[in-house]
Amino acid sequence: MRTAATPPEKTSATQEFLDNLRQLPRNLKDAWFRLGRLPESEREESQATFHNLFLHLHSVRVHLRTLEPSLTLGLGLMATFSFLVLVVTGLLLMIYYKPSTALAYQSMKDIHYVVATGRFIRNIHRWAAHIMVIAVFAHMARVFFTASYKKPREFNWLVGLGLLVLTLALSFTGYLLPYDQLAYWATTIGANIANSPRELTDALGITPYFDPGGFQKRLLLGANTVGEDSLIRFYVLHVFILPLLLVILLSVHFWRIRKDGGLARPEDPAGGLAEWGGKLHRVFEPLATKTYGLMAVVRGRRPPVNRGPEGTVMSWPHLLWAELAVLMLTIAVTLALSFYIDAPLKEIANPAVPENPAKAPWYFLGLQELVSYSAFMGGLVIPTIAVIGLALIPFLDRRPGGEGIWFGMPGERDVAWQSLLFGLACTVGLLAFTVNFGWLRNWFPEIHQLWIIAINPGSILVLLFAGWSLWVLKRKDSVRLAAVALFTCFLVGFVVLTYFATVHRGPNWQFYWRPSQWPVH
Amino acid sequence: MPDTHDVKPSRLEPPPVTRRSFLSIASLVSFLAAMGTALAGVLRLPKPTVEPGPVRRYKVGHPEQFPVGAETLFAEQNFLVRRDAAGVYAISTTCTHLGCAVARTAEGFACPCHGSKFAANGRVLAGPAPRPLPWLEISRAADGQLVVYVDREVPEGTHFQA
Repeated sequence: MRTAATPPEKTSATQEFLDNLRQLPRNLKDAWFRLGRLPESEREESQATFHNLFLHLHSVRVHLRTLEPSLTLGLGLMATFSFLVLVVTGLLLMIYYKPSTALAYQSMKDIHYVVATGRFIRNIHRWAAHIMVIAVFAHMARVFFTASYKKPREFNWLVGLGLLVLTLALSFTGYLLPYDQLAYWATTIGANIANSPRELTDALGITPYFDPGGFQKRLLLGANTVGEDSLIRFYVLHVFILPLLLVILLSVHFWRIRKDGGLARPEDPAGGLAEWGGKLHRVFEPLATKTYGLMAVVRGRRPPVNRGPEGTVMSWPHLLWAELAVLMLTIAVTLALSFYIDAPLKEIANPAVPENPAKAPWYFLGLQELVSYSAFMGGLVIPTIAVIGLALIPFLDRRPGGEGIWFGMPGERDVAWQSLLFGLACTVGLLAFTVNFGWLRNWFPEIHQLWIIAINPGSILVLLFAGWSLWVLKRKDSVRLAAVALFTCFLVGFVVLTYFATVHRGPNWQFYWRPSQWPVH
Repeated sequence: MPDTHDVKPSRLEPPPVTRRSFLSIASLVSFLAAMGTALAGVLRLPKPTVEPGPVRRYKVGHPEQFPVGAETLFAEQNFLVRRDAAGVYAISTTCTHLGCAVARTAEGFACPCHGSKFAANGRVLAGPAPRPLPWLEISRAADGQLVVYVDREVPEGTHFQA
């Protein structure tokens, strides 16, 4: 009881003890829930936000634009929540999974057939991983097309890129753990991609002296071939090192959102009309006297107290509801997919006979298509170029404008459409050409490997995209439009290659219109 | 006594380094050196010193088991052994592209993973494989059996006289 104002009467210690015991339930509840009820005033709502470790990631007030679902589509939240689902289901799977070549596959069978709810939990883990990869890619596209990487958010774009790489690394390391045919051969291919600088060093004849490929492969596998050492390395990476790094980067990512002044949005004209959500809203000049500057000095204007003069509302409950809605949606989709579609488990790994076709997880299939022309170019050089290119975007496009608006600069939408068509034509055209006429090795069987590394459909695609972007730069006289051109081409190329390798590549990596046409073997 | 701080710093007469700043720079450098060395030691650990994989050296049988013109595939070990008029030789059946096991076809070998094709002697015919299938070293053990070393390459055309 909060009656500290009246001086306590002198009671015996026994009486005091009994009183405390009687009030124990209530005091316990007070200790846990400091307010004891739902907040009613804005003051209590702001306290609900910043007196809670987990909620105080949020600012106290949030702009209505930020809550507009069409701005973010909830993609970042979706990625975060699927990661949470992955952590929970992953911990559950760890109870039964045994990371050794002799036991791994059997423990997967146990999880699938014997463990209560084991199959469902594994399915959820698998589907949440798919959803996380999709959400992370889509989130990156959303941030790009709303120009949300611009100053002061360049650093957070880099952190996000790190999170993308970590997400893919987590997926790749998780792929080996079942130790079935798919796992074994996909990992063998992955490890040999790490080994592929040998393509270059062999062609130059310097492998005995300088062998970065062999070093990378050995570091990854701990041996020359996939086996016990590789499995334990992948396991440790998958269940500890990579998730830890991901959590650290994720915290930085969230923290930077706050420090950079919330989600990117256009500056509202003080004392005028601003448009969001398809409606015009009146923007007032805020009363400068009282602001919520409680947490720290953040960039941008601090939100003033009282009902949102410049279009802000309390984070509790508005932002919280939005987040819970995305959480519910993510979990609902994951559960529905996991209920109907099982995660695959092939035969036990057999080093003598590869799976045919041996396909990587879908998000690597675009790379696998490039790898089928040159392992070094397609597997290492082009991905490196792509990551460096993405990292440089906010440092090459520094002119402010269009932040927080889809295709916010004049002409962006047109360039995006044109680039989509251009990228589609280039990628489909090159694939059709290669399928019909083959490539250099088919025409000149004795050709030197260096030519194949330098000139292959993957490198030509990169050159075409870069050329297109430079042409847009020259013609439209805008760095942002050139970036839009390049990024759109990158997305289109990624999607088309992924689709092509998923659907149209069959046994021996040959072209088929449909998987039903694959030869029986 | 002239105050050293009155002397305008120039290239010829740089400002004096105080004892305090010298010591703090020195301690910072030694701290970084210690951390760097520790980090190098930590990073050295994951690089395997020995190859923990299986020893890939296999006894394949006596020479009489390989008559001229015959071909024996050792699928588990990823190589095959042949004999022609010039002698016995072994060819690896691990694709030089990304390490898949190649399958024997009418014209030679085909890789199921990315469509590389090889002639019967290992030469690349099509696909992304950067090198021919390697020929492997053969020797004879004390008991007269042939031994194939999967990790040791020999030039194409090297035959073992058995």
